[in-house]
Amino acid sequence: MSKKESKKKVAAYWAASCGGCDVALLGLHERILDLLDFADIAFWPAATDFKYEDLKGYERNEIDLTFFNGGIRTSENREIAEIIREKSELLVAYGSCAHQGGIPGLANMSSNEELFETVYKNNPTTVNPEGVVPQELTEREEGNLNLPGLQERVKSLSQVVEVDYTVPGCPPPPELTEDFLDLLLAGNLPPKGSVVAGEKTVCDECSREWNKETIDEFHRPQEVEIDPDKCLLDQGIICMGPVTRSGCEASCPEANLPCKGCFGPPKKVEDQGTEMLNSLASVVQIGEEGGSLEGEKALLSNLPDTIGTFYNFSLANSIFGGKVSDGGNDEQE
Amino acid sequence: MASKPRIGVFICHCGENIAGTVDVTGLAERIIDYDDVTFSTDYEYMCSDPGQNKIKEAIEEEDLNGVIVAACSPSMHEETFRSAVEEAGLNRYRCEIANIREQCSWVHDGDGSKPTEKALRIIKGAVEKVKRNIPMEPVEREHSDKCLVIGGGVAGIQAALDVAEAGNEVVLVEKEPTIGGHMAQLSETFPTLDCSQCILTPKMVEVNQHPNIELMAYSEVKDVSGYIGNYSVQIENKPTYVDPDACNLCGDCEDVCPVNVQDEFNQGLTSRKAISIPFAQAIPSSYTLDEEACLGLNPLRCSKCADVCDADAVDFDQSSKFIEEEFGAIIVATGYDLYPKEKMGEYGYGQYEDVIDGLQFERLLSATGPTRGEVRRPSDGKVPKDVVFVQCSGSRDPENHNSYCSKICCMYTAKHAKLYKESVPDGNAYVFYIDIRAGGKDYEEFIQEVQEEDRVLYLKGKVSKLKKVDGKLRVWGMDEIAGERMEIDADLVVLAQSIIPSSEAKDTSRKLNLNLGQNGFYKEAHPKLRPVESLTGGVFFAGAGQGPKDIPDTVSQGSGAAAKAIEMLSKPTLTHDPQVVEVDEDLCSGCGLCISQCPYDALEVNSRGVAEVNEILCEGCGTCASGCPTNALSLKNLTDEQLTEMIHAQIGD
Ligand SMILES: Cc1cc2nc3c(=O)[nH]c(=O)nc-3n(C[C@H](O)[C@H](O)[C@H](O)COP(=O)(O)OP(=O)(O)OC[C@H]3O[C@@H](n4cnc5c(N)ncnc54)[C@H](O)[C@@H]3O)c2cc1C
Ligand code: SF4
Ligand code: SF4
Ligand code: SF4
Repeated sequence: MSKKESKKKVAAYWAASCGGCDVALLGLHERILDLLDFADIAFWPAATDFKYEDLKGYERNEIDLTFFNGGIRTSENREIAEIIREKSELLVAYGSCAHQGGIPGLANMSSNEELFETVYKNNPTTVNPEGVVPQELTEREEGNLNLPGLQERVKSLSQVVEVDYTVPGCPPPPELTEDFLDLLLAGNLPPKGSVVAGEKTVCDECSREWNKETIDEFHRPQEVEIDPDKCLLDQGIICMGPVTRSGCEASCPEANLPCKGCFGPPKKVEDQGTEMLNSLASVVQIGEEGGSLEGEKALLSNLPDTIGTFYNFSLANSIFGGKVSDGGNDEQE
Repeated sequence: MASKPRIGVFICHCGENIAGTVDVTGLAERIIDYDDVTFSTDYEYMCSDPGQNKIKEAIEEEDLNGVIVAACSPSMHEETFRSAVEEAGLNRYRCEIANIREQCSWVHDGDGSKPTEKALRIIKGAVEKVKRNIPMEPVEREHSDKCLVIGGGVAGIQAALDVAEAGNEVVLVEKEPTIGGHMAQLSETFPTLDCSQCILTPKMVEVNQHPNIELMAYSEVKDVSGYIGNYSVQIENKPTYVDPDACNLCGDCEDVCPVNVQDEFNQGLTSRKAISIPFAQAIPSSYTLDEEACLGLNPLRCSKCADVCDADAVDFDQSSKFIEEEFGAIIVATGYDLYPKEKMGEYGYGQYEDVIDGLQFERLLSATGPTRGEVRRPSDGKVPKDVVFVQCSGSRDPENHNSYCSKICCMYTAKHAKLYKESVPDGNAYVFYIDIRAGGKDYEEFIQEVQEEDRVLYLKGKVSKLKKVDGKLRVWGMDEIAGERMEIDADLVVLAQSIIPSSEAKDTSRKLNLNLGQNGFYKEAHPKLRPVESLTGGVFFAGAGQGPKDIPDTVSQGSGAAAKAIEMLSKPTLTHDPQVVEVDEDLCSGCGLCISQCPYDALEVNSRGVAEVNEILCEGCGTCASGCPTNALSLKNLTDEQLTEMIHAQIGD
């Protein structure tokens, strides 16, 4: 960091996210005090009372470090992301949504019209006979009400501005955030663009044993009794461990749940979902010697919730991208 | 490439094959402008000696460090050009072929501008690849010089003798107390009618005496691990409870033993004792105590044999010996069985004593058999006057039994009928057949002789029913040629039971990772061009286990398998194409998903938790490289980077 004052400035922001990442930051407990010894909070809407005007008042790069969580869903998310980028020396995509679009990114399977239909009208728990939906501009005698509009599709932070580091996870485990802070404080950060987590995949940290040579059936975790020692894939449960970056200590598989992929793909993988489908297709075999192509096709094409299984967090960032057009990556454009 | 790439491009006309469609001179002129190409030329036939010389000269004069030959498919002349490049001092992988014939000129016509455009792109792609090729040397591995032969029938005997004669050590494992297999049970052999044991036993003795052969009878292969050249095999040598060196074959033990069980060698036509020898010339030449039949290996229970043995050869304290050995090659010669009689209910097989199979009839004909070669039927020992032979019993019957032809039954049935007629000249022999298949040297003549001179009645048609009527076996069938129904009252019926793979084949195939065909016989690497090789490197087939066969074919295949094994074992080291897959250990997470994908069993997750490639086994197919979820695997000289750059070069502007 290059600022002249002795005390640094840190910020945190939430865009399209559930709030869990902010809680994860607070989950640092006493370690947060170490951080505050070293830096003042410049902006953190979830924890302190700052206004956008305060943010806009900073000079370029005046904030030393910003933890940005959440994906880019609304025009507001995008606008603040751009301002924060300008004001921050280091920008960290914090958590799965900022990293890859996250769960909100699954909305890229539907157009905005379809989303509004589902959420505000055709929803069994919603009563809305007049079909009222939120508007960007609502004119009232008392004055006009403005709401930020939805972007065409959800994007990850790196799809709209340059990101310096990524701390992945849904939410990032506190140990990982601590590791990042340690590196930062020691002035030992890896090259820019790095994902600060493991270098391999979840399987590397998982203690389950893989025995089976091929897979001939799939189950959802709730349908079977899971053997705690055998690899989940071995038991026909789709685990995203093989295509998910390590660093979580395989916390889900160790808790008898399949990995959902929140750390995103490892170094040399571009599209987590297709990579996993491709690998699964290679090990699915029905019957002896050679198997049955028809049966295998049927097995793979009848998987329930394909997108939710293979792209739970990474749809916005994937090459496949979803159904909504404009999958372009602004940064690269 | 360490130094700056200097690529030469050599464009072949292939007569008119390429030059007729593609503007080859134009190509040479244009490709010189492409990045890193420093030399280009075209020539009528690049594969000819002068063509190859052009390449060698240019490498020297132009200081080339990469060569593209734009010509026919690499499957034709890649080897030619790589060797030429090697002679000129470059590593052979500095040469790549741009296929502008099969993939361009042959499949396009027109004015030539488009095919020429396409050829140019194909060459650019190859330039991008060769630039990034790393020099490689063949993979080399040490190997064991020993050969394991599993099965001591005539196939295994022949293979063992040939390999041993070539100077390699052989271990021959036979599960029964003696070697010889089914051939030892036969009486005389078609078409020459030599006495089977007379021609077989000298070979058995040779096996026993050969300094390079270690015979392990009454033994079983327990476990096989490793790979071509380096198989580690565990063999169990079961206790015979008789010391073969001490046993003098006096037979006293056999006389006193109180237990009678079915004699397998005589196909159950007689009984033997719990301590016995299969036949007089058995090798190893010693008695064997059948542990299951024996009253109990305990002086308190019986011990009559041990008491009576003057040579002190009976030893109740023997136990299984386990031997671990390394072998370079394995020859599998586990032979055949006959289709189980329980499955031939329609012919009364297993129900009537006088309905027997071909091997039982061989024993009746054999001078060493239960009747000393006189044909007497099992039920009452009478000489049968009317004998019906049924061919294809269980064969060529896809609805009820096996669909395939057992190949040898026509011939041995003719032999049976002939030998019967010679033994009982006033008897009648009837043969029911579907077709006569006598494709073999002197085979057709043999059949003719049996039909004409021995006056055996051949009836074309199937037997529909068989029942005991008034003490006779009444056989109903069709004579299709006369168009008549037949009813024959027979004294003895001989079924030419289908030949099936030995009951051991499944187990052996599992231990050695071999494929079985749909009928359960071992599946060869290629039915025509690689008939004695399995798809598992270093494992060869001989004999009836690979498919029904007579003795001449079995022996030829035994020698063929031996030649293949010798070819392999005689090389100082095993070498292998280095274009194999490579593991990036920094990326591999040891998920294991690649392991089952490899058709050659070349991958395992090692003790460090990362995938490891056995470079001798990897065929460079790339299956695993595309299936690895972390992209930790890549093929040498066909990396993702190379592929991407090739695609860019080919589809870019
Ligand atoms: C009725 C009849 C008559 C025939 N007459 C003639 C004839 O006249 N002329 C002719 O050319 N052919 C004839 N044949 C064919 C002849 O029997 C075969 O061609 C020949 O025996 C095949 O030899 P093999 O070594 O392949 O198999 P086999 O003779 O079956 O020998 C296989 C050996 O391997 C052993 N073995 C099996 N599994 C294992 C294991 N896992 N471990 C260790 N050892 C094992 C077995 O115990 C056996 O000793 C006849 C066949 C039949 C059925
Ligand atoms: S696939 Fe899942 S359960 Fe199996 S080893 Fe990998 S992380 Fe563990
Ligand atoms: S599939 Fe890839 S990551 Fe998994 S063990 Fe094989 S090489 Fe390693
Ligand atoms: S490239 Fe093919 S042969 Fe080699 S290890 Fe991979 S799957 Fe096996």
